[in-house]
Amino acid sequence: MADMIPVKERMKREQIPMREQSPNKRIANFKEVPLGYTREDAIKEAQRCLQCKNPKCMTGCPAEINIPLFIKYIVEEDFESAYLTILKTDALPAVTGRVCPQEEQCQKECVLKSTGKPIAIGRLERFVADWARKNHIHGKTDSVAKKDLKVAVVGSGPAGLSCAADLAKMGYHVTLFEALHKPGGVLVYGIPEFRLPKTIVEYEVNEIKKIGVQVITDYVVGATGSVEDLKKEFDAIFLANGAGAPRFMNIQGENMNDVYSANEFLTRSNLMKAYLFPEYDTPIKIGRKAATIGAGNVAMDSARTALRLGAEKSYIIYRRSRKEVPARAEEVHHAEEEGVVFNFLTLPVRVLGNKEGKVTGMECIKMELGEPDESGRRRPIPIEGSNFTLEVDMVIDAIGTMANPIIAKSAQGVEVNKWGYFKIDEKTRMTTCEGIFAGGDIVRGAATVISAVGDGKVAARSIATYLSSGKSLKKK
Amino acid sequence: MYQIIKKETLYQDIYAMWIKAPEIARTVQPGQFIILMTREEGERIPLTVADYDREKGLIYIVFQIVGKTTDELSSFKEGDYLYSFIGPLGKKSEIDYFGTVVLVGGGTGIACIHPIARNLKKAGNKVITIIGARTKKLIIMEKELRQVSDELIITTDDGSYGRKGFVTDALKEKLDHDNNIKKVWTIGPPIMMKVTTSLTKAYSVDTIVSLNTIMVDGTGMCGSCRVSIGGETKFVCTDGPEFDGQLVDWDGFMNRIGRYKKEEKESWNHHKNQEEC
Ligand SMILES: Cc1cc2nc3c(=O)[nH]c(=O)nc-3n(C[C@H](O)[C@H](O)[C@H](O)COP(=O)(O)OP(=O)(O)OC[C@H]3O[C@@H](n4cnc5c(N)ncnc54)[C@H](O)[C@@H]3O)c2cc1C
Ligand SMILES: Cc1cc2nc3c(=O)[nH]c(=O)nc-3n(C[C@H](O)[C@H](O)[C@H](O)COP(=O)(O)OP(=O)(O)OC[C@H]3O[C@@H](n4cnc5c(N)ncnc54)[C@H](O)[C@@H]3O)c2cc1C
Ligand code: SF4
Ligand code: SF4
Ligand code: FES
Repeated sequence: MADMIPVKERMKREQIPMREQSPNKRIANFKEVPLGYTREDAIKEAQRCLQCKNPKCMTGCPAEINIPLFIKYIVEEDFESAYLTILKTDALPAVTGRVCPQEEQCQKECVLKSTGKPIAIGRLERFVADWARKNHIHGKTDSVAKKDLKVAVVGSGPAGLSCAADLAKMGYHVTLFEALHKPGGVLVYGIPEFRLPKTIVEYEVNEIKKIGVQVITDYVVGATGSVEDLKKEFDAIFLANGAGAPRFMNIQGENMNDVYSANEFLTRSNLMKAYLFPEYDTPIKIGRKAATIGAGNVAMDSARTALRLGAEKSYIIYRRSRKEVPARAEEVHHAEEEGVVFNFLTLPVRVLGNKEGKVTGMECIKMELGEPDESGRRRPIPIEGSNFTLEVDMVIDAIGTMANPIIAKSAQGVEVNKWGYFKIDEKTRMTTCEGIFAGGDIVRGAATVISAVGDGKVAARSIATYLSSGKSLKKK
Repeated sequence: MYQIIKKETLYQDIYAMWIKAPEIARTVQPGQFIILMTREEGERIPLTVADYDREKGLIYIVFQIVGKTTDELSSFKEGDYLYSFIGPLGKKSEIDYFGTVVLVGGGTGIACIHPIARNLKKAGNKVITIIGARTKKLIIMEKELRQVSDELIITTDDGSYGRKGFVTDALKEKLDHDNNIKKVWTIGPPIMMKVTTSLTKAYSVDTIVSLNTIMVDGTGMCGSCRVSIGGETKFVCTDGPEFDGQLVDWDGFMNRIGRYKKEEKESWNHHKNQEEC
């Protein structure tokens, strides 16, 4: 067992860095970029935690993890207890430990933030989850007595998974419906292998199955069966179908062969494993020069995937400046290290191509920043006459996603707002139809894994309250 | 897992299968399709629902070997299971009373027009069906289509069966002689649908086509299937697969279905090499 070190020592010690694959090596493979903490790293980092009586860090964690407690167990080298502490409230620790924007969440609230050295909570969480997986430590499955009530969860992204896990732990019968052939949502089809290995997602989903959640894949709610069908069979429903419809720029040439939505590009590569073509059957185009439009996490993932698939040049095209980039700083840093070239203040105006539908270039216009707009960011304005052509042979649109109306169309009484997202009661997460709840991206618009996990948890509690009061969709 | 209950060889490289999928059979409508995967490493391919049996919970698919996945599917036997089978996807055909309608089918499109013809007949329409192929042996589902059509015309390119010529020749003749034709459906190879559409345009007859773009999810998530319809980008999987043929950007559509020619060939060679090992 490692020692608690004196507070003065703790304050002096620097944040323990995480080892990474070197950039020149990693752009030739799809293996994970950060390699994780070693046991020693984890203990050293954990020792820095001040074990606050009033832990501010916890206010930043929608997964409600008891952060100081699990960190204390790391110092004590009792990794099993650390794991069980996290698992109590977060059903996806290896996932959140990797892709949660920690610097905006728990670590932003950590009292050590002001010193520039907040505790690397996410890295510790990841270490614990990875340790438990390697050492075959599982959560307890002998949960409370089964209740005679059934809940349907639609969509198996982080919102659906966390809601399903929490409800199963409370004893409800939970059935999770997923349109694709694999559960996980964006975790399996969107976020690339080099940031979130798919075996890890599969492992954590399996752990959730073990606590009693029944997962039905290949089931498109709104097509295979409607929400109305589910109402007849289930006592409550949680809708967590994400905001999965791609947005296009609506510029000339955008339907040419080598223009992808980020959703298509990443789904082919991640879910369908096109990076292993022809061992896996799904093909993907490998351009020489790829342009990704947008600068969010999705754009970084696309540009970095293009490099790994063999593109010689991978550009990011963004209409605002570096300051406004929405992606996590770490992702931008990784992309730059790997050689992704950023074109700021640039707006594509049309895609150029030949008669066979092959892309030969993209015409862009330079932008300058004007007055702030509604979002508070300075509005980009085209500079007249600054058009130029960028020579590229593939284009990836990563300018965002929107609601897919397929479920809303099949649900009576469930209202949506003008963007197609479900209207909910902020406190209970109930939609305008009593007994039907919603959360995650289909309520917030494209957001984060951790906010989806949080929504799932709040909804689970609310569903339990609804059902405990004797109400049910079947009785309506 | 989805079991293959019955398998038939309709002709050399055209096969049909009845698949156990009760959830899909419960709600499927004519014009809709499914997406299947043979195994976990496989590709997701769309196939039209050529028939269904709601009571037995079965879906009928008809497919032609054109590449790796269809070749592999043809090697599956009765009793085997498919890894994935998703549907029903897409919008259903607009079945209504129109008067006289003509259904034009080519290749595996012949199978796809069958449930549409049956339901149009049920809705009281006079159904004229025209099916065509290169040669006699490629004519499939003749018996089934005869049952649901008031008139069935068969054409073969080589004249080995029915009339010699193309389906469009037969259609033109019909249009010349019968000005009661209210609507035409044409499903088959892209070039056949394009030519049919330009023919009916001259007669101002509404024409529905079913587009077979390259898909991934089939639920509106990826945009792989997008095509320009009347100047607007539409997703074939959710807005279609049936569209007003006069509005389709045929050149754009034909380009996009050839998107992976090189990779498809590579996949085929890899597949054949493995079979030999
Ligand atoms: C490429 C990419 C990278 C990202 N990187 C990060 C990151 O680093 N950190 C971070 O915090 N966030 C990241 N995000 C955002 C984050 O992934 C999402 O906010 C989060 O996944 C939303 O969770 P969800 O459960 O609401 O929906 P989703 O994860 O979208 O899951 C919804 C599920 O519902 C299924 N579904 C949809 N319609 C139906 C239907 N009709 N019937 C049945 N099932 C249906 C879908 O197939 C899907 O599996 C990223 C997103 C993308 C696309
Ligand atoms: C809505 C719809 C309904 C269809 N119905 C039928 C049917 O009833 N019977 C039938 O035989 N075929 C049908 N098709 C076409 C069928 O999906 C393709 O023949 C099949 O995907 C080819 O796969 P492959 O691996 O054998 O060939 P590949 O070598 O992959 O491709 C050969 C050709 O098939 C097309 N194709 C390839 N991949 C896809 C894909 N993922 N989605 C769509 N087309 C693709 C391309 O035009 C390609 O050039 C339909 C397609 C669509 C979109
Ligand atoms: S889930 Fe996210 S917010 Fe919560 S402790 Fe882990 S990294 Fe921090
Ligand atoms: S706020 Fe920071 S130092 Fe305090 S308990 Fe949380 S992680 Fe530890
Ligand atoms: S196949 Fe993906 S959107 Fe149509």
